[in-house]
Amino acid sequence: MKIHEYQAKALFQSYGIPIPRGHIAKNPEDTLKVAQTIKKGPFVVKAQVHTGGRGKVGGISMVESPIEAEAFADEILGTRLVTGQSGEEGKPVHTLLVEEALLSKMEIYLGIVIDRTQGCPVILASAQGGMEIEEVVRENPGMVITEIIHPAIGLRPFQLSRISYGMHLDGKLIKKMGTIIQNLYRLFLDKDCSLAEINPLVVKKDGEMVALDAKLNFDDNALFRHPDIAALRDLSQENPLEIEASKYNLNYIKLKGNVGCMVNGAGLAMATMDLIKLSGAEPANFLDVGGGATTEMVREGFKLLLSDEDVKVIFINIFGGILRCDTLAKGVVEAAQELCSSLPIVVRLEGTNVIEGRKMLVESGLKFTVASGLGDAAVKVAVAVNASKRGEF
Amino acid sequence: MSILIDQNTKVVVQGITGGEGAFHTKQMKEYGTKVVAGVTPGKGGQKFEGIPVFNTVRDAVQNTGANASAIFVPPSFAADAVMEALDAELGTVVCLTEGIPTLDMVAVKQFMKCSSSKLIGPNTPGIISPGKCKIGVMAGYIHMPGRVGVISRSGTLTYEVVDQLTKLAIGQSSCVGIGGDPIIGMTFVDILNLFEKDKTTDIVVIIGEIGGRAEEDAAEFFRKNMSKPVVAFIAGITAPPGRRMGHAGAIITGGEGGAREKIDILEKAGITVVKNPSEIGETVARVLAVRKSTYRL
Repeated sequence: MKIHEYQAKALFQSYGIPIPRGHIAKNPEDTLKVAQTIKKGPFVVKAQVHTGGRGKVGGISMVESPIEAEAFADEILGTRLVTGQSGEEGKPVHTLLVEEALLSKMEIYLGIVIDRTQGCPVILASAQGGMEIEEVVRENPGMVITEIIHPAIGLRPFQLSRISYGMHLDGKLIKKMGTIIQNLYRLFLDKDCSLAEINPLVVKKDGEMVALDAKLNFDDNALFRHPDIAALRDLSQENPLEIEASKYNLNYIKLKGNVGCMVNGAGLAMATMDLIKLSGAEPANFLDVGGGATTEMVREGFKLLLSDEDVKVIFINIFGGILRCDTLAKGVVEAAQELCSSLPIVVRLEGTNVIEGRKMLVESGLKFTVASGLGDAAVKVAVAVNASKRGEF
Repeated sequence: MSILIDQNTKVVVQGITGGEGAFHTKQMKEYGTKVVAGVTPGKGGQKFEGIPVFNTVRDAVQNTGANASAIFVPPSFAADAVMEALDAELGTVVCLTEGIPTLDMVAVKQFMKCSSSKLIGPNTPGIISPGKCKIGVMAGYIHMPGRVGVISRSGTLTYEVVDQLTKLAIGQSSCVGIGGDPIIGMTFVDILNLFEKDKTTDIVVIIGEIGGRAEEDAAEFFRKNMSKPVVAFIAGITAPPGRRMGHAGAIITGGEGGAREKIDILEKAGITVVKNPSEIGETVARVLAVRKSTYRL
């Protein structure tokens, strides 16, 4: 799960990581007031959206006066910000973070993630922080210091030394840097983060260190033990169809194509998307109804596909193991009848009670094309897509 | 032969009285798996379907000689259940639970270093040695005894592949789901190593997906250590970066873990990569035929 920068900064503050003076605003008047409270300009006004790359597309503005801050708020609030990482529909801007602008003499990158191969948290740090960190990592990996933390022993002082000396920090900064790393690691563990990142962590002209930006992602599987974190979820930043899907425990991701697909199991769902692409069509979504889907989940998943206006053909690919194909066929027939769908539907069922399942589909009187096997299904999906292009359905 | 489990494997089911545990215990018994014990703290002394239930794994092992475990325990307690099984030094520990917090698995991964047990999963359909033993949730009947080893990060996609093989009358020695989470017990490399040594396995199928470096490591291991042919499929060539595709581990981050890069690395190592998921069975048949004609097996 993702949270906003201002929410992450509040957590930073409670963990003793210094942040700039500032406050959020949800309308232009408040933006003016917040800036006036901070008193001294210049100010930085930052759109709060769940995506990176804000700075490059005008989501962050440096202004001299509270009036200018208000004008920027007037311009950006209520719009959708499209960045290189947001997808083409962008993310809505409902909240701004207004902060004092700081003059820095150094920008540091500091991040903590889980190293999957080692099965340990790992700290990444670089003296070349800022907006171009991705390029630094790609072109000059030597500029990034990596410290793997032993989970049972924890972060050791020698590791802090290696990070600080590796970045050639001067004497007075070393202790401050060490404290910030330790606090960020404590936060990472306490709250089950999957990513904790400060980019940039700036060194001000007076030698103070401040987290200018803050990014925290959390392990979805651990949210059950962090109700405080779960409460920070901002649904406005998520796709409405994806929110609907999560209510029924369905795994749904909207994509660009026009073949709506419903599959049980994540791996088979990905393979099905790949298959659609190979047959010359484009998947409209990823939808995993789970390895052990129920009739209800299949029905709700089907409704979800139909509510996406881009979908022109539906492809259902279910490998019923323990789950019986007749149960699944029942869900599909029920949903199709209830919603009176006229879209062409290609169904591929395999597994327990497959004969009964296929029979139910054929006898339902609905327009199902029953495929036997993945290869056959791919051909039938391609035929349906081409027919729908010609307007035959 | 087969790897990890066979007709002599004696299984203890942790969480035997829960919904999932109860259902799959019956399924496993029906398949022929020797389920000798169950564990549910507080229900020691009871019986489930004639199987004795114990409070702890240690009690179960002492009384029944169990040498493998199937874990059907809810996510919040699962890491502890895994550690209990590892501590009892059971030969093979299979954790079926989906949704275990990553940091809990960080602790399990450390605990593993102090145990001789082999951990499969979590978030796996399990492992099956067709005709001998099944520890998992897969439908037994789609499998067929034979000489192909299958390793996978996913569930139903594995069924798909096994089904393609069985329909071509190509049987399997063992099929192992290593799990779809970021941190898991045995990896592709660990299982490849076992299949390479197993005299009854002629060829291995790897079913990978986006995210992580597991397939890259497998390619490296294959190049250096394997004599048997490997056929691979990687799911998720159409997956967008930065989105978690169902499995907690299936996410492309920072340019790492994309399907194209993985396919490229596997091919360079000499592994036959299948691009179309409907052609995995045929490809295995073709590679086997070529090998037979080359080696006059």
